[in-house]
Amino acid sequence: MATILETKTAKVPVAAPAKRRRIRSLSAWTVRVLLGIVFSFPLLFMFVSSLKPDAQIFGDLSSIAAFLPVGNLSFENYSAVFDRVPAARFLINSIGISAVTVVLGVLINSLAAFALSRMQLRGKGIILTLIIATLIVPFETLALPLVWWVNQLPWLEVNGFSLSLTTGWLDTYQVQIIPFIANAFSIYLFHQYFESIPKELDEAARVDGAGWFKIYSRIVMPLSGPAIATVSILTFLPAWNSYLWPLMVVQSEELRPVMIGVQYFFQLNVSWGEIMAYSSMITLPVVALFIAFQRSFVNSIATSGVKG
Amino acid sequence: MKTRFTRLLASSLSVAALTAGLAGCGAGPKDGANGELTLWTHNAGNAPELDAIQEVVDAFNASQDNATIKVQAFPQDSYNDSVVAAASANKLPCLVDIDGPNVPNWAWAQYLRPLELSTDLSKHLDSTLGNWNGTTYAVGTYDVALSLMARKSDLDAAGVRGATIEKPWTKDEFDAALASLKALGRWDYPLDLGTAGTGEWTPYAYSPLLQSFGGDLINRDGAQSADGYLNSAPAVAWGTWFRGLVEQGYMAQKSGKDSTLDFLNHKSAIVYTGSWAADKAREALGDDLAVMPSVDLGTGPKIGGGSWQWGVSTGCANPEAAMDYLDFSLRSENIAKVAKATGTIPATDAAAELVPGFEPGGTNRILMDFSKKFSVLRPETPAYAFISSEFEKATADILAGAVPQKALNRAVKNIDANIKSNKGYTN
Repeated sequence: MATILETKTAKVPVAAPAKRRRIRSLSAWTVRVLLGIVFSFPLLFMFVSSLKPDAQIFGDLSSIAAFLPVGNLSFENYSAVFDRVPAARFLINSIGISAVTVVLGVLINSLAAFALSRMQLRGKGIILTLIIATLIVPFETLALPLVWWVNQLPWLEVNGFSLSLTTGWLDTYQVQIIPFIANAFSIYLFHQYFESIPKELDEAARVDGAGWFKIYSRIVMPLSGPAIATVSILTFLPAWNSYLWPLMVVQSEELRPVMIGVQYFFQLNVSWGEIMAYSSMITLPVVALFIAFQRSFVNSIATSGVKG
Repeated sequence: MKTRFTRLLASSLSVAALTAGLAGCGAGPKDGANGELTLWTHNAGNAPELDAIQEVVDAFNASQDNATIKVQAFPQDSYNDSVVAAASANKLPCLVDIDGPNVPNWAWAQYLRPLELSTDLSKHLDSTLGNWNGTTYAVGTYDVALSLMARKSDLDAAGVRGATIEKPWTKDEFDAALASLKALGRWDYPLDLGTAGTGEWTPYAYSPLLQSFGGDLINRDGAQSADGYLNSAPAVAWGTWFRGLVEQGYMAQKSGKDSTLDFLNHKSAIVYTGSWAADKAREALGDDLAVMPSVDLGTGPKIGGGSWQWGVSTGCANPEAAMDYLDFSLRSENIAKVAKATGTIPATDAAAELVPGFEPGGTNRILMDFSKKFSVLRPETPAYAFISSEFEKATADILAGAVPQKALNRAVKNIDANIKSNKGYTN
């Protein structure tokens, strides 16, 4: 009896964890799949609806057909989008504005963070605190004063082979880029990441005769891939989604970004199929970018201990 | 290190000082200074109206050599934000279009200058003129009118009399009609008042119902207080009745996004929609369509008046050319061109003669008659923008089940406080 009992008690600790692990793993996957479905359904609905006429979109709403590419499918909504909105122009503008903002944002903010992380500056702690403090000011409160300010700023305009000084940045590309290059959160994120890179590497480089810029460009930045990816995404998203600012500072249609185009569809006789088609067109680049950088994005958030 | 830091600091300060110095040069030239006047419209994405405006502009540009008009279109929902931002930078264009009820606010904020036109505005529908303090600041080429649309066959099936301009439905008749239609069992909600609408739709569509009960958004004599008007007994009766439509299952608390489409798909029996939907509905339903006036809820049917209008900005460097353009755009053939493209009500009888359907006896003439007979302007006060948002909040609360008296009292308190804090909007 005692032997039987011993055998039973001996088996329990061996068999149970494996079974428990399997159950845990199964439930974890179930939760993940369910979450995946929940989060992908709106995108799926958007894309599938973009292929259907309006009447069918509403007709399918009460069934699973709303998420399935069934019925009368065509690309008519996509061609209609180009009739209503200069979509290609808006897409090119947004790609250009976002790309330049990202490239300059990574450069400027990483340089600022590098200085704060590596250089022996007096009061750099206070400077970093002040930079972080700007995060609590919502952009909406600064928008109007900023409009006034950018309208006073000078710019060198290139006319053929001559340069001329103009005043006011309204209705230009630069007004959609320059105010968003310096970013407190990006500086903070870079700073946190740079702090995790051993300073001994700098010292070794210095022994080899490297200056600050060489340490920045050859040592620190090549080791900061995840931070660069995260800052790129976090800079790209607001630049791509920018709505209020271009609305206020851009009047010419040929300079507008994609998000302004969404409102073009909410006039009389709203066509939901066209809205879904346009939404699909402007969502695709964002999803592609996120998929491309998602591993670095998650790594950086995890290693810097920052939740965006 | 210290030297390097000092050098960096010094160069940064120099750049900042240079930028600030150059910034002092001031903004560029005012619109119209070089003979090119910019015209802003809310019609981006609305091809029929935008194309019609562009045609009028092209005709004006071809008709003279003194000035050229350039059109810039914005999406409607965000148009006001663009204007306010431009005004803050002193960058308004010469010509702007304005939603009628906003005219007093823009005139008070000195965005607009009084109109000096050679056109005789006395022949225009009153609701197409944007007045404040006895001065006309804006003029529209069209108006729109709200109506009740139904299928005659549905009304017959429910044994309901069709309302006419001479004999609109009374409140009791309307309530009985809804009960009969509901009893047919064909619709979850027989009435669609467009309760999914937001923004200016709420005061445009529902404040006339409140006014028909005998209430109002504000004391129109001086427009200094809403107390005793927006929270008066008739206003509370409106709120109770309005919520009752939801409670009795006659109307959805939140309708579909496109009420006209739902009506045409036979998801409702009666829809409260504008003249802009008339042609589409007639095309779909033919003679079965009944276009009826709004309900007489006590003091006669009322509908909102005042649609988009045109004004000239105070900063325009060439106001004479801007006024010339407005005179040109107000010629009958140009009014007719826009009205034809948009299915709206032409501002004058002379223009109406040129728009098929709006001539005397035409199929859409009844909508012009609704506008002439029943339209009530939203309060002509700079406080209107605030009143509008407070009324929208109160209406949403009432639809969601709030006690009407409390919701309206809250709106009155906020409106009066706003007027007081702006010193009565008198200067």
